[in-house]
Amino acid sequence: MRRRTFGLAVAALAATVAIGPGFAQAQDKKVTIGVSIPAADHGWTAGVVFHAERVAKLLMKEHPGLNVIVKTSPDAASQANALQDLAVQGLNALVILPTDPDPLVNSIKDIKDKGTFVALVDRAPSVNDNSIRDLYVAGNNPALGEVAGKYIAKTTPDAQVVVIRGLPIPIDQQRQDGFDKGIAGSKVKILERQFGNWSRDDAFKVMQDYLTKYQKIDVVWCQDDDMAVGVLEAIAQAKRTDIKYIVAGAGSKDMVKRVMDGDKMVPVDVLYPPAMVATAMQLTAANFYDQVPVSGTYILDATLVTKENAKNFYFPDSPF
Amino acid sequence: MTSVTDTAKAPKTSRDWDMAAIAPFIALALLLLLGYFANPNFVSIANLSNVVTRSAFIAIIALGATYVMTAGGLDLSVGSMLAFVASLMIMFMNSGSIADPMSMLLAAMALALALGAACGLANGLITTLGKIEPFIATLGTMGIYRGLTYWLSQGGAITVRDRDLLTLYRPFYSGSVLGVPVPILVILVTTAICAFVLYRTRYGRHVTAVGSNEDVARYSGISINRVRTITYVIQGLCVGVAVLLYVPRLGSTSATTGSFWELQAITAVVVGGTALRGGVGRIWGTVAGAIILEVVGNILLLSNFVSEYLIGAMQGAIIIIAMLVQRSLMRK
Repeated sequence: MRRRTFGLAVAALAATVAIGPGFAQAQDKKVTIGVSIPAADHGWTAGVVFHAERVAKLLMKEHPGLNVIVKTSPDAASQANALQDLAVQGLNALVILPTDPDPLVNSIKDIKDKGTFVALVDRAPSVNDNSIRDLYVAGNNPALGEVAGKYIAKTTPDAQVVVIRGLPIPIDQQRQDGFDKGIAGSKVKILERQFGNWSRDDAFKVMQDYLTKYQKIDVVWCQDDDMAVGVLEAIAQAKRTDIKYIVAGAGSKDMVKRVMDGDKMVPVDVLYPPAMVATAMQLTAANFYDQVPVSGTYILDATLVTKENAKNFYFPDSPF
Repeated sequence: MTSVTDTAKAPKTSRDWDMAAIAPFIALALLLLLGYFANPNFVSIANLSNVVTRSAFIAIIALGATYVMTAGGLDLSVGSMLAFVASLMIMFMNSGSIADPMSMLLAAMALALALGAACGLANGLITTLGKIEPFIATLGTMGIYRGLTYWLSQGGAITVRDRDLLTLYRPFYSGSVLGVPVPILVILVTTAICAFVLYRTRYGRHVTAVGSNEDVARYSGISINRVRTITYVIQGLCVGVAVLLYVPRLGSTSATTGSFWELQAITAVVVGGTALRGGVGRIWGTVAGAIILEVVGNILLLSNFVSEYLIGAMQGAIIIIAMLVQRSLMRK
């Protein structure tokens, strides 16, 4: 999916260069985009903040009349306040990744009702239609599980797999269901599922206990790059050689680097990119400057990162 | 109940005291038995040493908490403090300011202890000189240390960049001496020092006295503020020791490092027999408490009869049962 964002950016840039001075006036059109995202409280949201700020700079450089204001908030209540602060500054568009979507529905509607263009990212409220947003950009949670499941079923058709889950919340369940779909019909066997709370330390513990409990494990699916750190350490410490590889997900720089370097334990990673917020920002800007229709739903693929394509997804400067 | 009265009405209560002190170990023994029935692998040396090694962080932090709570205080900031100190230690290791890896490592370890003590001193001074309830004061510093950690890492992870340095440091967590993992040795040494100071020195008796009755302690000429402040410094030092073990394990900290560890530490202290309201401190009980917490999680994962959704509920239930067993032993 980064490829697509890149494609868009490149296309937009190319257009600017090609058309040149004739469009200078359109370029100077004054537009203000507010970007409201969660504060960086774990790796993934840190990535969201990084990419929002990175692309805000790119966009403002590209369009001199454009002003992008990025605001981070630690929870739903303060995000509601941040939305009011943003609205006061006269927004043409709002790009929002809600900390918790349902409590924020009314705040978002208030802004939308003023005629502001609203792009909603990743976390959708129960009612997710054009009464609340113009554009919806999200990753694909079921596909994140399915892509991992399919890869395992194809690479090691009769693997014994242990699964480390995140937290008992809907997106985690969607990923599990997707995984089950991915391995359906194969001989891949799930030995056990336990929660690792998306934490490195908890994943380390769970993996250590799995290693005690099962004498032979072929593959670990831990769904998340942060947890993968703990899993790899537990395996290394136990000096176990039966584990062929692990499959994580999200697209953190450390795991993508391992894939790029051909690490045997981490042959692939599944994308659930924090950069999706940047996709929404680019599309929103395109709505104002390029007169392209962007309203609708835009679901990113859970791309399989392999050694061949890893460099497209590697951001060494990102905190995540 | 207080230790002052304990010593006053001698023979009968001294027997109670012994029973209360060994109760956590009886609870632990029962859990080990339960574990054996859950999965025979449980009693393998490899598993038991995994579990005790894993309990090192909470056990060592909880030793400090035993001091703070014995003196009638409370420290909610320890989990955040661990993340903060560990992050600074890793950033120092990444700074490359000392060329020789060994001296770099020793300097980083000294820095972690010093930072821990300094954070503890800050907590202590805010509660004593600032006269703020320890619950609120350390709730405040909990937010501060956690926030600073987010800021240092920009929400992401802070990782040791120098692979050689990490290779040099790693045995401090994963190595062993005469077959005993290093973290277990660290637990034993730290516990022995803590027990000696609390039970055999004048300062230790002052800690207990301050926690059991502040006014009596003050009239006896004990400087309450000094004694309390030092308990927080000891807590900070213990966090520093835990950092020394935490950093070599994953070689990195993230925003979730140490979250809710303050609650686990307090639980370990109370399960170990230390009174939440102060005046009674049981150092070895605390270590048993920390191991109990880790063993419960381990047993539940190794057994096959608990749904993954119910593990939290079962953990809570087993801890309460363990406490009830202890209480009934104490009444006899």
